[in-house]
Amino acid sequence: MNIDISRITRTFGAFRALDDVSLNIGDGELVALLGPSGSGKTTLLRIIAGLETTDADCKGSVSFNEVDVTNKAVGKRGVGFVFQHYALFRHMTVFENIAFPLRVRPRSTRPSGTEISRRVQELLDLVQLGGLAKRFPAQLSGGQRQRIALARALAVEPQVLLLDEPFGALDAQVRKELRTWLRRLHDEIHVTSVLVTHDQEEALEVADRVVVMNKGRIEQAGSPEEVFHQPATKFVMEFLGQVNVFHGRVAAGKASLGNLTVEYPAWPHEEERAATFYMRPHELDIRKHPSDGASLAARVTRVNPAGSSARIGLQTADGVDLLVELTLDRYRDLDIKRGDDVFVYASQTRVFVPDYEVDYAI
Amino acid sequence: MKWKFKSYSVLPGFGLTMGCTVVWLSLMVLIPLSALFLRASGLTAEELWKTVTDPRIVASYRLTFGAALVAAMINAVFGFIVAWTLVRYDFPFKRLIDAFVDLPFALPTAVSGIALTAIYSKNGWIGQYLEPLGIKVAFTPLGITVALTFIGLPFVVRTLEPALHDLEKDTEEAAAILGANRWQTFWRVILPALLPSLLTGFALSFARAIGEFGSVVFISGNMPMKTEITSLLIITKLEQYDTTGATAIACVMLLASFVLLGAVNSVQWYISHRSRGGS
Repeated sequence: MNIDISRITRTFGAFRALDDVSLNIGDGELVALLGPSGSGKTTLLRIIAGLETTDADCKGSVSFNEVDVTNKAVGKRGVGFVFQHYALFRHMTVFENIAFPLRVRPRSTRPSGTEISRRVQELLDLVQLGGLAKRFPAQLSGGQRQRIALARALAVEPQVLLLDEPFGALDAQVRKELRTWLRRLHDEIHVTSVLVTHDQEEALEVADRVVVMNKGRIEQAGSPEEVFHQPATKFVMEFLGQVNVFHGRVAAGKASLGNLTVEYPAWPHEEERAATFYMRPHELDIRKHPSDGASLAARVTRVNPAGSSARIGLQTADGVDLLVELTLDRYRDLDIKRGDDVFVYASQTRVFVPDYEVDYAI
Repeated sequence: MKWKFKSYSVLPGFGLTMGCTVVWLSLMVLIPLSALFLRASGLTAEELWKTVTDPRIVASYRLTFGAALVAAMINAVFGFIVAWTLVRYDFPFKRLIDAFVDLPFALPTAVSGIALTAIYSKNGWIGQYLEPLGIKVAFTPLGITVALTFIGLPFVVRTLEPALHDLEKDTEEAAAILGANRWQTFWRVILPALLPSLLTGFALSFARAIGEFGSVVFISGNMPMKTEITSLLIITKLEQYDTTGATAIACVMLLASFVLLGAVNSVQWYISHRSRGGS
């Protein structure tokens, strides 16, 4: 099922949760809506589900396979929805929870008792919790509850699966497990899925495509690799992964930061403007002595080699903090200690001019 | 595991508070109640049986418990609707209407009795329209039920309100997405979740109605065998200096209330215990 969202606007009082948003989701795709809280990602998901309406004067629409469903009732859209806090029916057993969508069908399409049992067992096996049919939700762990909620959502045989921060209430270990499991499950059943998350790691790992949202707008939509390595906007750059931020100037096709100069043909004007420089920690290198090319002089303030890479904290003469990530080998070769004066070299720098967002990288 | 009277806590105060609780409960509840039984034991078994099975008194039991039960059931339904409206919707004068719910609590029962009688008697505001329809309210069991419904309403509303607040919006949305219509959502999802609180409210309203006196004696008319409630008969006996007889009836009331409340509470415990996963 392909989902076409076109020009959706939604305001809550004075707050604009979604501002003219359009997005196309392909059949069988797993898309992550990623953004900070208040970015409109959950509102968008709820509009796809039909749990939320668009503004009365909004002419936008939501279509499933070219059929407009904007005004279709929530129960008739054929969507499965997984809530952050599971939303299981507490007074029902796991079995009854999953059987619920089958039991509430109109009599003419309602499966028989044995058929229901068979389907529920099938779904329980799919989420690998076959033995828990008789338990109550309160007797399950968070991860198990969310899997049951997923099984229940799948019981309607949805054309579209919507997940609202499904792992948000779980602890880190279970989160990682379920994330991998969800990806495997999606590869098995191939249902078009939309996942809302504020966890960039989750989005980048699970999704086929990541849609980065901010202030009710889509900042960038692309493969995880694209959004991470070719951020379209300043916001995406800052939101995904760690980044060092410097404030420099741009004029006449050149952006400069101290003695570091970057070609910036996007701003050919003579007039000088403020520019922001972004450098990812792993795209920086440290040398003990200055060599060819421009560099930033800095002093080592913190050294942390615990982990798969070594993270070095530094401070420039202007008092700007920055972080450099080195491979452990490189760190051992360098042999740096706290208090050393070193030179930082950038293999890649991105420059954004405020209100003029075209990025340029060397 | 070894049984312990209390689990260890670093915060002191258990001894003092438990002591106060026991003394207070004994003083205010247990001692008066046991005095009641002691008093009643002044009668021989035969006398006792005769007193409590006197036809006039048996008729009063039937009326008291019957009317209280009907009133509690009416309150369960309409109290539910009132609580639902107050929790779910915003409307003008909501706080005022919310305060009205407590009026039956706050009003001296004699006042409500007089007010209800005035309204429902033959010439009253409502009574004058019901009379031609052949419906008599004042001085009939119906009138007693009206009075008992009136005083029991706040119990259901106030016990349901917090439960309604706690009801997760998620689960209702989930039911809707899973294809349930509003009616199915109500019966299968909302009502079962609220049932323990509804039962508590029902039990409180029922218990209050059984013991009600002030608001009933005016509207009931107190006709022997027809509209006499048990509390009234206790007073009548006391006025005739038949203290032992009065206490005997009181004991029956006490036991019956106890059994009924115990039954409702066990049902409620069973329901909430089950969903909490205790087997």
